[in-house]
Amino acid sequence: MVQGFALLLLLQFIGEIIARGCGLPIPGNVIGMGLLLVALLLGWIEEKWVQEASELLLSHLALLFVPAGVGVMVYFDLLRREWLAISVALVVSSFAVMAVTGWTEAWLEKRGGHDVE
Amino acid sequence: MWSELAKSPVFGVGLTLIVFFLAQKLYRRTASIFFNPVAVAILGIIGILEVAGIPYRDYAKGGNLILFLLGPSVVALGLPLYQRRREILAKKLPILVGVAAGAVTSIVTASGLTWLLGGSREVIWSMAPKSVTTPIAIGIAEKVGGLPPLTAAIVVLTGCLGAICGPEFCRLIGLRDPAAVGLAVGTAAHGIGTARMLEIDRLGGAVAGLAIGLNGLMTAFILPLIFFCFR
Repeated sequence: MVQGFALLLLLQFIGEIIARGCGLPIPGNVIGMGLLLVALLLGWIEEKWVQEASELLLSHLALLFVPAGVGVMVYFDLLRREWLAISVALVVSSFAVMAVTGWTEAWLEKRGGHDVE
Repeated sequence: MWSELAKSPVFGVGLTLIVFFLAQKLYRRTASIFFNPVAVAILGIIGILEVAGIPYRDYAKGGNLILFLLGPSVVALGLPLYQRRREILAKKLPILVGVAAGAVTSIVTASGLTWLLGGSREVIWSMAPKSVTTPIAIGIAEKVGGLPPLTAAIVVLTGCLGAICGPEFCRLIGLRDPAAVGLAVGTAAHGIGTARMLEIDRLGGAVAGLAIGLNGLMTAFILPLIFFCFR
């Protein structure tokens, strides 16, 4: 468990260094996700080293977003000023994104399948 | 005395855990998607803080400790990606094109609709990165002249919406493959949507985690280009 947490934090830290060093607009933890995948693929890190810590964190992922959500209360005034435009655009756009993304993926996969046949 | 106690990190951590535990219980008992535990817990905690007159910065002393764990959790999303690498690699083209289509749709519809509904300039640009994970979205909003705090709030609300009804909406529009559902929910609702997908389906959760990174990358490159065309 300790080993897993240490590795995850180390990868996040390396991710931060890469993000700052290269001036990338991507946060260190997202780069760290990619680094973990690469390290696992190359066999530098064994799956069982990070298994326990990762499962613990991922099975509680929903909880970890709660404090960030509470932060919305600070910006109530900003949201209220143009609430109608914001809420309509937010809801319609979210459904549009899911439909376009899901349909594109499903359609390309179906077409790809036919090419192989 | 109470206002002093609320400044201790124990308060923020304890309140978050208790309210989230109760919200999960409510969700299991009602089995209704409208009682999504993340959304209910956020509303519950905001309500308690407002009623008790406790400022957000006091709550955040504990809240930030929980938030800290989000960092290594995002790194940990690399594990399900690795475990499902064969299925994901077999779909690499549909996944890449799907996220790209979603990223463009998100930017165009979010800012376009806000513009049509008479939104001000800052709000239009604050809306544009709404489906991107918070840290990336804030960076993008800064670059294109949006209001980063407003973007952060919009991103969280978008995530809650996707987590509440994303998988159900996908079923409604005929998506059956867990990978397609995961990609749709992860692209539209980033980490909060991914948390919900992980509870439903392992492959869907892995693909949703991948979509967070891909959508963040693509939007970070596409949106500044659009900004230069329209400014």
